[in-house]
Amino acid sequence: MNLQTDPSKGDGADGVQMSEADTDSIVVRFAGDSGDGVQLLGGQFAQATALDHNSLATFPDFPAEIRAPIGTTYGVSAFQIKFGSRMIKTSGDSPDVLVALNPAALKVNYKDLRTGGLIILDAGSFTERNLKKAGFDVDPREDGTLGGHRTIEIDISSLTLEATKPFDVTQKEALRGKNMWTLGLIYWMYDRSTDATEKFVAGKFGADSAVAQANIAALKAGHAYGETAEVSGDIQQTRVAEVEFAPGEYRLVTGAEALSWGLVAGCQLAGIDMTFCSYPITPSSPILHILSRLKNFGVTTFQAEDEIAAACSAIGASYAGNMGITASSGPGIALKTEAIGLAISTELPLVIVNTQRAGPSTGLPTKTEQSDLFLSVWGRNGDAPMVVLSAKSPSDCFETGIEAVRLATKYMTPVFLLSDGYIANAAEPWLIPSLSDYKPFPVSYRSEAEGFQPFSRDDETLARPWVKPGTPGLTHRIGGIEKADGSGNISYDPENHQRMTDLRTNKIAGIAKDIPAQAVELGNEGGKLAVVGWGSTFGPINRAVANMRDAGLDVAHIHIRNLWPLPENLIDLLGKFENVLVAEMNNGQMLTFLRSQTRQDIDGHLKVTGQPLTIKEVEDAIRARVQN
Amino acid sequence: MNVQVEPAKLKAKDFASDQEVRWCPGCGDYAILKAVQMALANMGAEPDNTVFVSGIGCAARFPYYMATYGFHTIHGRAPAVASGVKLANPDLDVWIVSGDGDSLSIGGNHLLHVLRRNMDVQFLLFNNEIYGLTKGQYSPTSRVGQKSPSTPQGSVDAPVDACTFALGCNARFVARGIDIQAKDLGHVFTRARDHKGASFVEIIQNCIVFNDDAFAHFTEKSVAKETQIHVAHGEKLIYGAESNKGLRIKPGSFELEAVTIGENGITEDDILVHDETNKVLASLLVAMKPPSMPVALGVIYCDPAPSYEQAVKDQVEAAKAKGLGDMDTLLRSGSTWTVS
Ligand SMILES: Cc1ncc(C[n+]2csc(CCOP(=O)(O)OP(=O)(O)O)c2C)c(N)n1
Ligand code: SF4
Ligand SMILES: [Mg+2]
Repeated sequence: MNLQTDPSKGDGADGVQMSEADTDSIVVRFAGDSGDGVQLLGGQFAQATALDHNSLATFPDFPAEIRAPIGTTYGVSAFQIKFGSRMIKTSGDSPDVLVALNPAALKVNYKDLRTGGLIILDAGSFTERNLKKAGFDVDPREDGTLGGHRTIEIDISSLTLEATKPFDVTQKEALRGKNMWTLGLIYWMYDRSTDATEKFVAGKFGADSAVAQANIAALKAGHAYGETAEVSGDIQQTRVAEVEFAPGEYRLVTGAEALSWGLVAGCQLAGIDMTFCSYPITPSSPILHILSRLKNFGVTTFQAEDEIAAACSAIGASYAGNMGITASSGPGIALKTEAIGLAISTELPLVIVNTQRAGPSTGLPTKTEQSDLFLSVWGRNGDAPMVVLSAKSPSDCFETGIEAVRLATKYMTPVFLLSDGYIANAAEPWLIPSLSDYKPFPVSYRSEAEGFQPFSRDDETLARPWVKPGTPGLTHRIGGIEKADGSGNISYDPENHQRMTDLRTNKIAGIAKDIPAQAVELGNEGGKLAVVGWGSTFGPINRAVANMRDAGLDVAHIHIRNLWPLPENLIDLLGKFENVLVAEMNNGQMLTFLRSQTRQDIDGHLKVTGQPLTIKEVEDAIRARVQN
Repeated sequence: MNVQVEPAKLKAKDFASDQEVRWCPGCGDYAILKAVQMALANMGAEPDNTVFVSGIGCAARFPYYMATYGFHTIHGRAPAVASGVKLANPDLDVWIVSGDGDSLSIGGNHLLHVLRRNMDVQFLLFNNEIYGLTKGQYSPTSRVGQKSPSTPQGSVDAPVDACTFALGCNARFVARGIDIQAKDLGHVFTRARDHKGASFVEIIQNCIVFNDDAFAHFTEKSVAKETQIHVAHGEKLIYGAESNKGLRIKPGSFELEAVTIGENGITEDDILVHDETNKVLASLLVAMKPPSMPVALGVIYCDPAPSYEQAVKDQVEAAKAKGLGDMDTLLRSGSTWTVS
């Protein structure tokens, strides 16, 4: 139970409908300067929360600048976590608790706090200079700005300095312990052990180092501060009950981790080595970092000179018989489009991971969006169909990664795998699977010279044979010029081009038979309203639909994972609803796409703020369309 | 599968595919194609283990005419595709064929990186100083004043010298040849293939349709001896119809100078000996232009260094040697907890 419950809590709309911000879950947001170590603080708290068997979801939200000028609003880094004693599906709409380590962090975040929420701020950082830098003309603690919230001021800066005094560290190093002090206090608030973090710090800096000791001292001091009730009853200790998780071994996993591991697992199931080629870009880079440490899995990573080279070298690797994979975001994906066309034309396997971010152009590099749907499905010269998949959550990236490798190798086609900045960075508990849970799909290379034609096709899949250069007797040439059906020789024949275009189209369309039928996530197969989503909006839509169904509304949730080809039954299924509402983080791409496919009059809830959808806004969108 | 019989020695024609060659009659590309096929046969290359990768352009059609594995890719990107091939299978013998536009305009970046990484490939740049396939626009190697459909008053941008660029990219092997000099080309190709690492070969190629005779001032038989110097490691840099011309360091300067033996007190002892491992000499040689200097041909620079794909492979093997990865262990690395 959440002892901190305030009866006014909830989504606030009418005081009756409880949003997910209710008694069995808590949303905490940590915010500070990008040098304050807020992400580390959040990550540690998430680990400890998971170890206490709470369900959780996190949302790291950091600035594009590595170290923006200290104290400015654009240098604020934040980490939000929602945890609770029931299944958590989003990182939370509005925080119940905001920890602000400087005025700028307060400025950027206080408006998101729920009414009656708790603000803990580092009073030591509220100097005139910092207030000015944050753009406060008047001290917000004094002019009623924070009215409606409870505010606790603690001079975290000097308490940290105090705690770290006995150790041989510089003032600067000592102050870096602010995040640890804060973490200690928060650990006390939610009755969590400091053990794991102490171990982590010792491991990171070396147990005997002064820095480690100072950090641990700060951590303990924060914890003790809560314990000794120096907060004079303002903060109470809260114990959130354990969730009834299914039995098994769990871990926290981010989307970037699960995706990287899923791709490796896919290659293991296919029985081939991976060549991963990429060029650094936010928020895609973690995949390159993770895979570069997995060489003992037969993974070769290549940091190419640009995204064009990354896509092209991945194609070269696939041509040579490996699983060529490339990954990027935003403008980097745009650069790959010509190469993807080559992979479509030469019918080679390729996986392109797109960790989507807000665009156009450079857009908002660290903010999330799902606005590359058109680019993925339609964004190439010529009629150039390919497979497009999307992941719905951090752990789902593992499954989708495997599926991408399966389809690419089985059908000799490029596959777009769409993730986004939110999924990539967010963490959630994951019931760890075993590789043996998955059915292997070993690839086979052609080695039989008799009757070989580079563009002959498998009757069932329409895939052409995969031949590794080096195979005796099978020398042949391929390229991006139109190929004669079968022989693959250059052909300018009009009928042949029609036939090859049809073959490429039908090959991809036929994959619809090899993917799961479209299911209804929640609700009935027909009715007043279906809310349709894809990608990372799964969590907020699912919870909002669940809440509205509990409130008696006739609404269903349909989540589309296979964006191209679409599941065969999708169009019929959507036709069974009086109204269809697409909720997505772009300006109407799935909306337009589904209208074009179904010719149905579909409606949209569209948002491009660089922030995930909130449960409440989806609930509001549902209520605006169906009544009891 | 691999049957263990001594393979019959292949001939040049065994490297020719069954596809009709479609360059313009008289195009210099024909001669290069023949020279490559001949050289591969002489080297005892295995078609099954050989891959030709190209970008786009007239030159880039090359792979279709070879009875080897071949990949005609996209404009400028052949080095990137070839890099992927080589990373996935370092045992393949990978050749890149490219035009001056393909490799120095749209693909300049990839040429730079394949050379400086020292990927073990042979890079053949067919330099005709023109965009052949798109019907004759000037290229990054065209000389200032080149008239073309896009520069009716003559081009105004300064060209790049292919070999100078390659040296600047830290290529460890730089050579130059002329389309019609099959024997010399064959020698250069053999050296290029033997060299472990990126081998860069510029081939002066006549585009008979859009830039005919662009190189006649040093390729014509009548002037060739006086305008070309064929360099060989350890041998004097001597040329000329009567082998009485040579190169020396111009006294008191950092420049090369063309001198005549027997004139002005010059003796053979004054002539430089070619050292293909000397990069400073190489950079002076590649920059020479007629009429004041001869055009340098042959293996101008060769100074091997470890190749990239080998180093990458070594890291993968070293990681594997410490224990093959196990997926289930990986997924359980770090903090986990068990719910019973
Ligand atoms: C992305 C792209 N841009 C432009 C072209 C058009 N194009 C084809 S070949 C070529 C230039 C070829 O010149 P070069 O590389 O010198 O080869 P050559 O034809 O002279 O052998 C151009 C501009 C293309 N195919 N792709
Ligand atoms: S246009 Fe020039 S380079 Fe191209 S095939 Fe004809 S002669 Fe050769
Ligand atoms: Mg050219």
